[in-house]
Amino acid sequence: MPEYKLIACLECDLLHRQVPLAPGGEARCTRCGARLYRRASPDSNQRALALALAACILFIIANIYPIVGLEVQGTHTSSTLFGAVKSLWEEGARAVATLVFVTTFFVPAAELIGLIWVLVTLRRGARGWGTVPMLHFIESVKPWGMVEVFVLGVLVSLVKLAHVASVEPGVALFSFGALMAMVAAAAAAFDADAAWAQLETIR
Amino acid sequence: MNAAPTAAGHGLLACAVCRLVSRAPQSGDAHCPRCGAALHARKPASLARTWAFLIAAMILYVPANVLPIMDTSSLFGTQRDTILSGVVFLWTSGSFILAALVFFASVVVPLAKMIVLAILAGSVQMRSVKHRRIRTRLYRMIEFVGRWSMLDIYVVTILVALVQVSTFASIHAGPGAAAFGGVVVLTMFAAASFDPRLIWDTQGEES
Repeated sequence: MPEYKLIACLECDLLHRQVPLAPGGEARCTRCGARLYRRASPDSNQRALALALAACILFIIANIYPIVGLEVQGTHTSSTLFGAVKSLWEEGARAVATLVFVTTFFVPAAELIGLIWVLVTLRRGARGWGTVPMLHFIESVKPWGMVEVFVLGVLVSLVKLAHVASVEPGVALFSFGALMAMVAAAAAAFDADAAWAQLETIR
Repeated sequence: MNAAPTAAGHGLLACAVCRLVSRAPQSGDAHCPRCGAALHARKPASLARTWAFLIAAMILYVPANVLPIMDTSSLFGTQRDTILSGVVFLWTSGSFILAALVFFASVVVPLAKMIVLAILAGSVQMRSVKHRRIRTRLYRMIEFVGRWSMLDIYVVTILVALVQVSTFASIHAGPGAAAFGGVVVLTMFAAASFDPRLIWDTQGEES
């Protein structure tokens, strides 16, 4: 029996035989058009690691500095992400505060740490502790990281406030903007297929 | 049996996490031989779960739009803003692009998501054989665009934080914000519960 790898479309269940692709190419389902697999460049996980580390630094800056400042009648107020979550929590909007904290802090942080963990372990050529659960975890929380929506939300509130007071975008807003780009780039570069294939050979 | 070979048709299971295709065991629960994830031919109780989350979201959608998401109190009195009045305010104050953006994210996206999910679940239940490709594409679209409804929640968060204890006004989150956040979360769960492969399981039934 010839040895070929099968792949099933996750959206319509059609079976396909995997064929070699040109570098950078991707295969789509012949029936429903969903993405099946892609051929990443050989150094893509190295790039993913570099981007994830850069994102980590931006994440720290984005959470230390204020996102926006506001000046009304000579008094200046500003808020960090933590401060914003805290004031929501303190005034009783706990469900909303939790939702904001999970989607803008917890999930993006967990995803970045998990990704770095996995990539460093694979780079060392080891199977490592917790690599597989970590990959499962990254996959399951991914839809809940919403940094890009948050950035847009901050911009909208800036425009709303600009009608009544003078606002100034803070350092963290730019960091969040850059973070959004870095996270997207790291996720795009990360080659999960290669990670799974490598884990299989180490076992 | 029909011409299109599917994993389920060949007694194979595809891992949703690592994509490995493996033979389904004769009995008992299946686990991916490569990554250990639980394997299911179709997402378990997909339709029941989708409907449950969807109906809960639809119920919560009413308070999310009727109740204020934000109370602004100033020297001139208290203003209560709902999702829609926030959009109207942006429009009348001249920020047309922003108003359109917020309208899309907060009104069009959640509504479209609930309607599309109801159509998808309903058509699968009625074993529809029509427009499978379009329906799959619709599913992909709502999964992608759903997260943007969180926009208003973040706007309220920032406004509350900045204008809480300043001298000229104070802004508080209203009960509508929690309800609206609930709608977003529930519709995300509903979309994740729906299995688009069910759309294709009627393949071969058309005459």
